[in-house]
Amino acid sequence: MESARSRGAKIRAAAFTYANLVPFLVFALFPFYFMLITSFKSNAELYNLQSVPFLIQTGAITDHYAYLFQRTEFLTWMKNSLVISVVATAASLVISILAGYSLARLRYRGAASFGTAVFVTYLVPPTLLFLPLSQVVVWLGISDTVWALIVTYPTFLVPFCTWLLMGYFRTVPREVEECALVDGASRMQTLTRIVLPMAVPGIVCAALFSFTLCWNEFIYALTFVSQSAHKTAVVGVTADLIRGDIYYWGSLMAGAVLASVPIVCVYVFFLDYYVAGLTAGAVKG
Amino acid sequence: MAVGHRALEIAGLPGPGRLARVREWWEQEHVFGYGLILPALVLLVCLVAYPFGMAIYFSLSDYWVGSPGGFVGLQNYRAILGNETFRQTVQNSFVFTAIALTLKAVLGVWLALLLVRRVRFKRLIRGAVLLPWVIPTALSTLGWWWMFDSLYSVVNWTAIHLGILSAPGPNWLGQSAYAMAAVITVNVWRGLPFFAITTLAGLVSIPREFDEAAEVDGAGPWARFRYVTLPLLKPVLAVVILFSTIFTFSDFNIVYVLTRGGPVNTTHLFATLAYQTGLQGGNLGQGAAISLCLFPLLATAVFFQLRYVRKD
Repeated sequence: MESARSRGAKIRAAAFTYANLVPFLVFALFPFYFMLITSFKSNAELYNLQSVPFLIQTGAITDHYAYLFQRTEFLTWMKNSLVISVVATAASLVISILAGYSLARLRYRGAASFGTAVFVTYLVPPTLLFLPLSQVVVWLGISDTVWALIVTYPTFLVPFCTWLLMGYFRTVPREVEECALVDGASRMQTLTRIVLPMAVPGIVCAALFSFTLCWNEFIYALTFVSQSAHKTAVVGVTADLIRGDIYYWGSLMAGAVLASVPIVCVYVFFLDYYVAGLTAGAVKG
Repeated sequence: MAVGHRALEIAGLPGPGRLARVREWWEQEHVFGYGLILPALVLLVCLVAYPFGMAIYFSLSDYWVGSPGGFVGLQNYRAILGNETFRQTVQNSFVFTAIALTLKAVLGVWLALLLVRRVRFKRLIRGAVLLPWVIPTALSTLGWWWMFDSLYSVVNWTAIHLGILSAPGPNWLGQSAYAMAAVITVNVWRGLPFFAITTLAGLVSIPREFDEAAEVDGAGPWARFRYVTLPLLKPVLAVVILFSTIFTFSDFNIVYVLTRGGPVNTTHLFATLAYQTGLQGGNLGQGAAISLCLFPLLATAVFFQLRYVRKD
């Protein structure tokens, strides 16, 4: 009797949980589903008010995707995004590993103030600085090139990565480092051969976040680059696929879907790192 | 290593080479520490601190794109304060942030409480919930733009077929209250995962014994949440709310893609108005003054963060 009652309660609790989770899942996923089916619908069906919008009824077509590749610079935008994201991430990681190790482990005057400074810049939103930075890239002579973004993206990547990595470096036992130093390793060797291998999960996490932040960045990419051939995928799709005429929704959605694919791929393989980085970035702060 | 090179020289022995001396200098803890922090420091001084100073200078000058102007004092601030669009933007920003933040906090905590329960496909569900936060915001907002289309809106189609709305339904992005609702919806959709997942991390770290002890004492689910879970979640929630306030207040992508600040400036936020004034209009002085309005909020947030949250 007792166990039967608790089993019934368990089932009720589970039903309650799932019933409440479903609206959240629909809310989270429906826009993606809708973008995906829109990108495969024919224009005749898209702009027919009588058709059911949730389904593809007259057959899926790939014309919108073909249009992207044949009539727009979509592939160039994807290449730009990839180059910018990889180079900016790599540069930021090197700078952040050095800074993060220095702030987490080495004792010197001013270390605490530097740590606070890094944290404060981490909170500065890009929308506060885009106007003066647009003038800085003009003065540097890199305005309207991919370099404008490669140079400016580290301004938000380095504070974030440094902060994240400091947490991971602190978990490496101090004794291990001291042993290496006593055995005659230089400080740089201790960092690269002893500490870095032990902080690999943190470095992977920082790399993933940096790549995602670069790929998704919008306001700098919109502001500093105006030539279509130098645009990133996100800005190219958002700004250049919208024409004066009306029937562009299919190719617009196709562009949005394809430009998200690299991020989705990375995300699916490294989901746990995203969760770890997200919680570390905010909660450890 | 213990004997300095100076001592070796005095003793008439050949001192270590210049390279070894440099090496010895570099191996000192403070030198090495400064050396490693230097690249990051140069970057942050040149590309964050210096531009920030420039923004302040811009806001005090009549600087236009292509023509560096002179110092004009507080004239830009006086001009924007007298500007109807700016006052509308201030109001929009507070309405937008207050409603979006409240929804994200309430729904986020609720979602976290659901996610912490034992369910099947836990990883899959968490992955799905986090997705809106990972996909480029500008691109997913394009999807929402299509969903709020004036003629083919799927939101209206569904509501009309469910009998909630009468045809033809509202023109979401063309009427001010609906446009604000649309912008807030997308912001909540995009920011909810951040709230839920970080709150979840906070929930997981609370020992189950507290909850069980309260249950044994006869506390109902609401009382357990209100008097046990919520007080223990407070530190995590404080950080998340602080972060979210900054990033909601300074939002640009969603409004820019969805409404460009329209209709008639009723969804403009500081960032979009600064973009319109400073870059599209070319008035860098006023644009900088508008974006610097984000600064008092940022400063307050940083103060609280440093004073209370990071104390431990």
